[in-house]
Amino acid sequence: MKKLTMKCSTRMDLLTYGAVILAYVVLLVLRDGGHLSRSLTGQLVPICCYVSMAVSLNLTVGILGELSLGHAGFMSVGAFSGVIAAMSLQSAIPAAPLRLAVAMLVGAGTAAVAGVLIGTPVLRLRGDYLAIVTLAFGEIIKELVNCLLVGWDSHGLHLALNLTGNKTIADLGLEADGIAIIKGAQGSAGVTTIATFTAGFLLVMITLFVVLNLRSSRAGRAIMALRDNAIAAESVGLDLTRYKMMAFVTSAALAGAAGALYGLNFSSLQATKFDFNTSILILVFVVLGGLGNMLGSIVAAAALTILPEALRSFADYRMLVYAIVLILVMLLTNDPTLRAYRDRILAALSGKRPGKEAL
Amino acid sequence: MGTILKVEDLNVFYGSIHAVKGVSFQVEQGEIVTLIGANGAGKSTTLNTIAGLLHSRSGSISFLDGPLGKVPPHKIVSKGLALVPEGRRVFLQMTVQENLEMGAYTQPGASLEADLDRVYQQFPRLQERRKQVAGTLSGGEQQMLAMGRALMSHPKLLMLDEPSMGLAPILVEQIFQIIRSLHKSGTTILLVEQNAQAALSVADRGYVLETGRVVASGTGAELLASPDIKKAYLGG
Repeated sequence: MKKLTMKCSTRMDLLTYGAVILAYVVLLVLRDGGHLSRSLTGQLVPICCYVSMAVSLNLTVGILGELSLGHAGFMSVGAFSGVIAAMSLQSAIPAAPLRLAVAMLVGAGTAAVAGVLIGTPVLRLRGDYLAIVTLAFGEIIKELVNCLLVGWDSHGLHLALNLTGNKTIADLGLEADGIAIIKGAQGSAGVTTIATFTAGFLLVMITLFVVLNLRSSRAGRAIMALRDNAIAAESVGLDLTRYKMMAFVTSAALAGAAGALYGLNFSSLQATKFDFNTSILILVFVVLGGLGNMLGSIVAAAALTILPEALRSFADYRMLVYAIVLILVMLLTNDPTLRAYRDRILAALSGKRPGKEAL
Repeated sequence: MGTILKVEDLNVFYGSIHAVKGVSFQVEQGEIVTLIGANGAGKSTTLNTIAGLLHSRSGSISFLDGPLGKVPPHKIVSKGLALVPEGRRVFLQMTVQENLEMGAYTQPGASLEADLDRVYQQFPRLQERRKQVAGTLSGGEQQMLAMGRALMSHPKLLMLDEPSMGLAPILVEQIFQIIRSLHKSGTTILLVEQNAQAALSVADRGYVLETGRVVASGTGAELLASPDIKKAYLGG
């Protein structure tokens, strides 16, 4: 039986990887052939970022079973630290792909540090404290970046916190060759956009690889055991705090990498982009796709990123239609009668096509 | 024969509530020792404190000559002290076998197969159901699974918290038979029970707890025969 379930979950994992690769190839061919609309082409990188955000949040919410309401905060930390890294390394690393990779690693690293700072006190507690603290974290990061001034010149990085509101980028005292990277509430500006769809695809694949491997590892079994029953997990000798930290910090680091890619896709970006609504949006991807279901998260993130754009022609009714679609999907995937009906139709259509069901 | 667990003057508080008031007892190698008493007497609190899930305010706990004072719970298990928590607490979404494997988490992997065989021999019912998800087991089977899972960690002392809770009389009988046979195979057991009659009849020694204090102690037979105990706990 163990072998059989292993096989089953491996098959599901392979299907997930396969679906991502297939989607990448199809979109690449369509884009290069000029068959994608301009708005969709511009969304390819953000879609990849949101997909990784959803998969990484699913690690915290679905596999660890802790509610995090500040995932966009980690994205923000990753985005701005990634932008700072990429802009200040412009002359040191001329090759854009390598610079992008370094920036994403820096983003992942700083987000992981933020994850450790938050997790260390909070993950020792039982209950929904993590939700409250991550919610606050997202807001704090937003306000912090809003008063952050960062510039770079031949002397290195210049940082200042504009707490009183009367400093400007000129106060950094940059040399003539200096560049302003983050200008407080204006956010990052003049960023060389080096994010590519291929980098986004690789990010999604790496995120999936990390999360799926963690889930099927010894540590993953421990993480799911403590989600199912913390007292039992403790009584068989699991170090709860350690495994919670492992999952939470991994999730934060992946969000940081996704944030860095996102930040380097736009020439300017404000901290308000990563607010509470964004955190909730990512949580919606996870819940809609199914807790613990990575393929579901991917499909939900991609679909719900495209949907608002695709619905532009509905103008004012856009968000209304969006809400109705959300409700319909929830009904279709959860109502037993509708689910049986849907399964019958799917079976009649194509024998077996699991995984497409989230749509 | 040596003392495996020694608890001295243990005091545990829940906030300002003094739940365990200066409890002292000890467990010798190879014994079954039982703590009996009514609801709220402090039995489970004592066990949870020994297992490291709760912290005492004062008093000492020593296990195999080493103090357990500030040792975190996950290290206590690898020292050889296993708790079967109250209310069964199995991993409902895992199969029986996966539950048992979780019990061996602190063990080196090499002996896993042998340990599984040993537990299945002790609990043939679990072997029959090894592929079944634990949530579909009956209450008695879940209790057996929780005990089997604890045995996977090679405990030098097995602590059972109310194994008969919520079970039909026939299952209670079965659980106590298992406790007897574990005892015969050399496992040292600390048993917390409300079912005083059953607990005292398998125990070598017993301690009676009342509102956080030990009010009587003796061999199982002595306590069963004592008129006070009979009156208070055995219904006449």
